Amino acid sequence: MAPESQPMFDTDEIVLNMGPQHPSTHGVLRVVLRLDGERVVGSDVVIGYLHRGIEKLCENRDWTQIVLLTDRMDYVAAATNNVGYCQTVEKLMSIEVPRRARYLRTIMCELQRIASHCLWLGTHAMDIGAMTVFLYAFRERELILDLFEEYCGARLTYNSMRIGGLPLDIPPGWDKKVLAFCDIMDTKLVEYEQLLTHNRIWLERTKGVGVISAEEAVAIGLSGPPLRGSGVKHDIRKDEPYAAYDEMQFEVPVGEAGDTYDRYLVRIEEFRQSVKIIRQAIEGLPEGPITGKVPRLIKPPAGETYHAIESPKGELGYFIAADGKSTAPYRFRVRPPSFCNLQALPRLIQGHLVADVVALIGSVDVVLGEVDR
Amino acid sequence: MIDAIVLPLLKILVVLNAVLVGVTFMVLLERKVIAWAQARLGPMRVGPYGMLQPIADVLKLMVKEDITPAKADKWVFTAAPMIALIPALIVFAVVPFGPEVSIFGRRVTLAITDLNVGLLYVVSVTSIGVYGIILAGWASNSKFPLLASLRASAQLISYEVAVTMILVSMVVSAGTLSMAGIIDAQYQQGVWYAFAQPLAFVVFFIGGLAETNRAPFDMPEAEQELTGGFHTEYSGMRFALFFLAEYANMIVVSCVATTLFLGGWLQPFPNVSALSFLGFVPGWMWFLGKTFVFLYVFLWIRATLPRYRYDQLMRIGWKVLIPLGIANVVVSAVLKVLL
Amino acid sequence: MAEEPKAPASPAGTPSAKPAPAVRKPAAAVAPTGPVDPAPADDVEVPAWLVALQAAIPDGVTQLTYWVGDWTVIVPAGRLLEVGRHLHTGGFDFCSDVTATDWPLRAQRFDMIYALYSIRDRNRVRIKVRVGEDETVPSVCGLWPAANWLEREVYDMFGVNITGHPDRRRILMPDDWQGHPQRKDYPLEGPGELLMENPLDWLRLKQAAQEADIE
Repeated sequence: MAPESQPMFDTDEIVLNMGPQHPSTHGVLRVVLRLDGERVVGSDVVIGYLHRGIEKLCENRDWTQIVLLTDRMDYVAAATNNVGYCQTVEKLMSIEVPRRARYLRTIMCELQRIASHCLWLGTHAMDIGAMTVFLYAFRERELILDLFEEYCGARLTYNSMRIGGLPLDIPPGWDKKVLAFCDIMDTKLVEYEQLLTHNRIWLERTKGVGVISAEEAVAIGLSGPPLRGSGVKHDIRKDEPYAAYDEMQFEVPVGEAGDTYDRYLVRIEEFRQSVKIIRQAIEGLPEGPITGKVPRLIKPPAGETYHAIESPKGELGYFIAADGKSTAPYRFRVRPPSFCNLQALPRLIQGHLVADVVALIGSVDVVLGEVDR
Repeated sequence: MIDAIVLPLLKILVVLNAVLVGVTFMVLLERKVIAWAQARLGPMRVGPYGMLQPIADVLKLMVKEDITPAKADKWVFTAAPMIALIPALIVFAVVPFGPEVSIFGRRVTLAITDLNVGLLYVVSVTSIGVYGIILAGWASNSKFPLLASLRASAQLISYEVAVTMILVSMVVSAGTLSMAGIIDAQYQQGVWYAFAQPLAFVVFFIGGLAETNRAPFDMPEAEQELTGGFHTEYSGMRFALFFLAEYANMIVVSCVATTLFLGGWLQPFPNVSALSFLGFVPGWMWFLGKTFVFLYVFLWIRATLPRYRYDQLMRIGWKVLIPLGIANVVVSAVLKVLL
Repeated sequence: MAEEPKAPASPAGTPSAKPAPAVRKPAAAVAPTGPVDPAPADDVEVPAWLVALQAAIPDGVTQLTYWVGDWTVIVPAGRLLEVGRHLHTGGFDFCSDVTATDWPLRAQRFDMIYALYSIRDRNRVRIKVRVGEDETVPSVCGLWPAANWLEREVYDMFGVNITGHPDRRRILMPDDWQGHPQRKDYPLEGPGELLMENPLDWLRLKQAAQEADIE
């Protein structure tokens, strides 16, 4: 509707419904768009299609049983959820986790970061049309899934942490395989970058799309790579170190323009930094026990706490209230990074074209399991 | 009588069959080439190395339930795929597959016919194919196909202009509209037009990508955006016809590109006697080989490049290719007069 | 959540049979009546910005809590926006989480919890507001737009009456859902027979309701 010129005929806004079944909404996400021609003038994001009531379920489960429920939230990077939960309970109970366990947790978290970013890269590129990158990224993700299968027997939902440490020690030769994987990953990253980073079409599709300034990003609750893409240097691994991150040397990539391209570059650089961290952790892996001193019956004293870690998607926080008497938490709350990042979507797609909506959903990198719990 | 009726009918039979079989095997080729680019194998089960896959595909599509949406405009809905496919097929009437050969003592030109306005015929007939897409989107009576068909038609019309400009500059260079005449001109001038007019070659190829809705210009059929584009509501044989139309268009563009730019059925360096041993390979084999190269590049590009957004696509068509096309016409006309 | 009552002891005839233990008290008496909210120990130093907050808004902080390294301020609902504004200008520009806890045995049933983070100073703080079922709490969306969906979820799951929210509707449950699932008196299995065992009945009821709406 051009206010400057007299419209020759009536134009209407069209309401377009994307999802919940849609090839590129990464899960059961529904975005209702109000379009003026091709331009988005308003949108509404509808979620809740994957709501399973995990929080209420966890309030009726043993402290140890909850670990495998947390797997199913961000199922793309399941070990990260496990680590976050176990660390929160360890904080409540003031349990000290031995150094070897902390190193192994770091390695698992970083492997998950690479796996999650592989999935992000593949699906994001495929949505924009570069379908080959999808296959390449999943080829690398398969290698990580194989590593995890060797460690704990599962490929997707690992149940790989316990309160106080890890349930299993790594099998012999596993660390050599991880190092071999790191070498492969370095060469493959070069491949991905060759296909995308300086590709004229990629640049045109992602530069200037979905720009959000640093202040707005902080205000609207973005965290993780979307926040860092806007120039805010906030990474919980550096600001509030947990596991073995305080002993690791790595950099936190930060973007400038806050557009899709910068978020892409931030995540690509995070790949490299994760490989660096894994190498350091494997080379410096100490000997020792893998579980701390944990009482047989886990019953944290009455109290509540909030603990956050840096999951591949952003700030993953757990708010757990224990009442000191029962074998289940009184209140179990997950602060899902994808949920809070998805909030920014209507603001991001405002004024863009329909094709950009898909690029932006990919750029924000949501996992609906986490959004809906 | 034989020359007038029987021979053309035979040629039509051969060409039509070849094209239709070729189109179905293009489907397999696409899947295989893209799979190999993606570090996987593609169809492997049906037949040795998956070679009988197209037969399975065709059978499947033929027995699939033909769903017509309740509120769709039935006649137009049925006619649209045909309107898309038929122009793509009848262009082959003027494509010269090879020089004059003698079969059973008769001199036969390996082209169904040689219109002296062959190029004009090609341009006009391919333009009709756009109607198929527009009508498909309209007749489906649904938002997604409508949006997609509008986009597709706008895209096709815009790139038609650029492609036509290039064809005009080819006509200027060759001095004739006839397809066989253009090949002859390349023989006389001793250079393939791909080297004499590289800019035209590139612009024609890009325009051809856009004309056939191939990546990176395949917005109208991008699954991720509008769930299937203008053929969302089509199923079964009608869906198959749309796909056949797309691949037939690809083959048409490749054939035209071969004729105009790569010397058609000419062997490389026809004027160099030292390389005359290349003449053992018959002309139509050269033609098919060159066409195949183009088709392979089409597939290669699809596997590699991301997709342009719609407004960027239109910008490239209008602000880049058309000025280049016009410039090319002017320059080739000037050079033709001077040289 | 409550431990099951123990069965009576060993069969008669065992000479050293212990007397049967008393049946456990029913769950209600064991259920907690509220969070512990322990005050900070004497050797824990209250951070300067917290002291400044208490000085700036005297009746803003009714209680200060410290547990395993986390500071929590308990704020009355009427003072929430003031305290929030003070903290926001003091660097707490990132709203990590807005959630609620249900303590059904307490008069003011819900505990609204706002977890804040300061990117500049790397501090965390939690604000706790006690609000009853029929009381209201103002929305903090004006201060932290991040709270938008988070408060929608609290409304959806707990039914806390949040006033001034720009878009107060259910987010995870369907729009026409009755009940607030994460309250402690909402059954874990869901509303029961109508949905779980006779889905066709539920569908018929829903269609009848829709037709009634249309007429």
